[in-house]
Amino acid sequence: MRLTINGKSHEVDVDPTTPLLWVIREQVGLTGTKYGCGVAQCGACTVHMNGLPVRSCSIPVSAASGAKITTIEGLASGKVLHKVQKAWIDHDVPQCGYCQSGMIMAVAALLRTNPKPSDADIDAAITNICRCGTFQQVREAIHMAAKAA
Amino acid sequence: MTAMPKFKISRRRFLISSAALGGGLALGLRLPPFGPEVVRAADGSPEITVWVAIRPDNTTLIRAVRAEMGQGTITGLAQLIAEELDCDWSKVEIEYPTPGQSVARKRAWGEFSTGGSRGVRQSNEYVRKGGAAARMMLVQAAANEWKVPASECTASASVITHKPSGRYAGSPSRPAAHAGLEQPKDVPLKDPKTWKIAGKPLKRLDTAKKVNGAMIYGMDLKMPGMLNAAIKECPVFGGKVKSFDAARVSGMRGVKKVVQVGDSAVAVIADTWWDAKTALEQLPVVWDEGVNAKVSSADIAEVLKAGLDAEQAFVGNQAGGDVKAVLAGAAKRIEAVYAYPFQNHACMEPMNATARWTPDRCELWGPTQNGEGAFAQVLAASGLTADKVDVHNVMLGGGFGRRGTYPDDYVTQAVLIAKQMPGTPVKMIWSREEDMAHGRFHPVMQCRLVGGLDSSGNLTALHMRLSGQSILAAVRPEVVQAQKGRDPLSFQGVFESGEHSFSYTVPNLLIDHAMRNTHVPPGFWRGVNINQNAVFIECFMDELAEAAGQDALEFRRKLMAKHPRNLGVLNAVAERIGWGKPAPSGVHRGLAHLHCFDSFVAAACEISVKDGNKVKVHRIVAATDPGYAVNPAQIERQVAGSFVYGLSALFFQECTVKDGRIEQTNFHQYNSMRIAQMPKVETILMPTGGTVWGGIGEPTICVAAPAVMNAFYRATGKRVRSVPLKNHGIELV
Repeated sequence: MRLTINGKSHEVDVDPTTPLLWVIREQVGLTGTKYGCGVAQCGACTVHMNGLPVRSCSIPVSAASGAKITTIEGLASGKVLHKVQKAWIDHDVPQCGYCQSGMIMAVAALLRTNPKPSDADIDAAITNICRCGTFQQVREAIHMAAKAA
Repeated sequence: MTAMPKFKISRRRFLISSAALGGGLALGLRLPPFGPEVVRAADGSPEITVWVAIRPDNTTLIRAVRAEMGQGTITGLAQLIAEELDCDWSKVEIEYPTPGQSVARKRAWGEFSTGGSRGVRQSNEYVRKGGAAARMMLVQAAANEWKVPASECTASASVITHKPSGRYAGSPSRPAAHAGLEQPKDVPLKDPKTWKIAGKPLKRLDTAKKVNGAMIYGMDLKMPGMLNAAIKECPVFGGKVKSFDAARVSGMRGVKKVVQVGDSAVAVIADTWWDAKTALEQLPVVWDEGVNAKVSSADIAEVLKAGLDAEQAFVGNQAGGDVKAVLAGAAKRIEAVYAYPFQNHACMEPMNATARWTPDRCELWGPTQNGEGAFAQVLAASGLTADKVDVHNVMLGGGFGRRGTYPDDYVTQAVLIAKQMPGTPVKMIWSREEDMAHGRFHPVMQCRLVGGLDSSGNLTALHMRLSGQSILAAVRPEVVQAQKGRDPLSFQGVFESGEHSFSYTVPNLLIDHAMRNTHVPPGFWRGVNINQNAVFIECFMDELAEAAGQDALEFRRKLMAKHPRNLGVLNAVAERIGWGKPAPSGVHRGLAHLHCFDSFVAAACEISVKDGNKVKVHRIVAATDPGYAVNPAQIERQVAGSFVYGLSALFFQECTVKDGRIEQTNFHQYNSMRIAQMPKVETILMPTGGTVWGGIGEPTICVAAPAVMNAFYRATGKRVRSVPLKNHGIELV
């Protein structure tokens, strides 16, 4: 099966029912996308599929074949960080950081469709779990990234 | 404790020290002869003191052995060392000595354990001295080279200057110049008022790799030839493996081996974790579920309920005369029973560890809050001697106490699996379901409070009877034994003295604990026993105030004359929230405070309630007096973050027991707050100095829940006395 991840084509030999998450992590070797729950509850595994945020733990890899997939490793343009990544550094957002790949991918997708989200927009779109509780900084950093656009 | 002679155990420090006892105690028996001391950093740069090495390019390598799980401890400790070293903060890097290296150097780096909010407060003095001694040695080395008195030289931002001659040099001008120098014995520390690096809201050192996927967590480790393991332990605690049919899955994709792990678990080892997990789900296993197979939450609740009336109980705090007699004769007697459930830590990163075993060497890579505790477990499970094992800590995807040292936990499992694949590194990962089933759970507790008021509404007597589980009895039985059966940690926040002392003066007081242990393994859960104790005492204080016809703040203040620092934080939040002034329409307030982990903390909140059950927490003002503040920006993040953890627990989280096992399997049954539910948190940081440094990561967590519960009563007239609130039909919106 052929997958396009971060602009690169990968040939993988897996059972087609394998979740996209585990193909990204164990076959392609990109470990920035995290396993948190396996049932699309927590959002730690969020990647972009054709520009839209999806929870890769609950998508069979067969459904991702032919799609353009972007992971946290592919969010920056070369060495130039995405504005969300920059805002995350400026606001010192991550604590343990484990959920932040998924959080950043969810926020980057939100800002693509809604460049100046209100607090209510953020509340509706960002449903990722963060056990460290970085939400206050996440919200500030989203508004900052929106201003940077 | 005799195995740790370097720690003098005073009564005041007993709680800390006892909680700090890692499996490291087991080290004593099989230590190898100590080898030559390592005096260089991993890249060969010379070591000045054990905490500091300097590279030829003048980068300062600061050593850290406490665990980073998001709480910012490593950045804070580095600030303290850099402050005393007077080095250039922009050129600081962190190096992590291993427990094996520490053991080989007679525990040169001291305690690795990172729990009980001890990371900074318990090591601040010796790491600062490590930094200061290094500065003194570098200055001395430069002075020797220049043939001038060291007293005429100063250090600043990694540059040593001899003012009279105007000579200056980056430190050190010759890397080995300090080599022959002895470490100074008298090492004065700076007055915190003069700090330039410590005490400042500096950025964390580890953020860059957390925004691009580059940070490696235990889950992400890769090694040549590595295999992956998925594991399932008997879902009933205390149960065992009876049999399993490996042949049924051995032909499945990627499967290499099916193994028993200890007497209670089975694991599938495969090329990938997904293959291993898929096969494990198909593996027929017969369990011997043992004597606990029929235990339910209701059974446990009955046992605890009986403890509320038990004759025998351990006393944690006592004052005045016969409390029961005074209560019997009180003008007004108020009584209430509260309850707190089992809860799972639910770290974002499920438990995991990677091990490689050969007959000559066993190494473990993985997230742990206690490198030395993990080292002792690897030692025991590997069957090797201390010179042949080591542990390499990696970034933790959350800890919250779950990744401390517990018997028969994930570290031991990983080694027992690796032993069955000699020479092959095996990464064992728990599924979220396994993580939910085999937590080390927040202890279950009930509490009956009885208060007596005189005719003027003064509190004359208080009896607080705890009934429930002891963590230490399960995890550090030797500590409980030394206290003749009492678990002092059960009284966190309401204890007779020390870092968790009670912050009220009541003329006749009895706080006691009927220990009722269960078959569910308990653990230290961020804040530990302050979570329930703060709910019990601070909600009941509101009940007493109401019975006395007094304002909740005024009622408390009258009991706090001898607790000025608690009064300080309580007054601070009351003033900021506008206590005593009208709240916005439909908004109701509540407050709470506690003394714990040597910090003084208080919270006041504003909530509104729709339809009688939909709670919106608009705002929480939190004040904390930790004595000293090493990084105010990170403290603010810890305070706000702790409320996410604490309010998730208050509203949503309970692990229930049915047929001897935990019923909840994933976040759909064990919810956690989302950004939409996040209140605005305003942190008041008010360190008042003194000789004691307080903790940060845990203390504030406990004050949010009772403040919200007290506000809920004001909003609805409904007094809720058990957690989680979802069981009362209450939602967080």
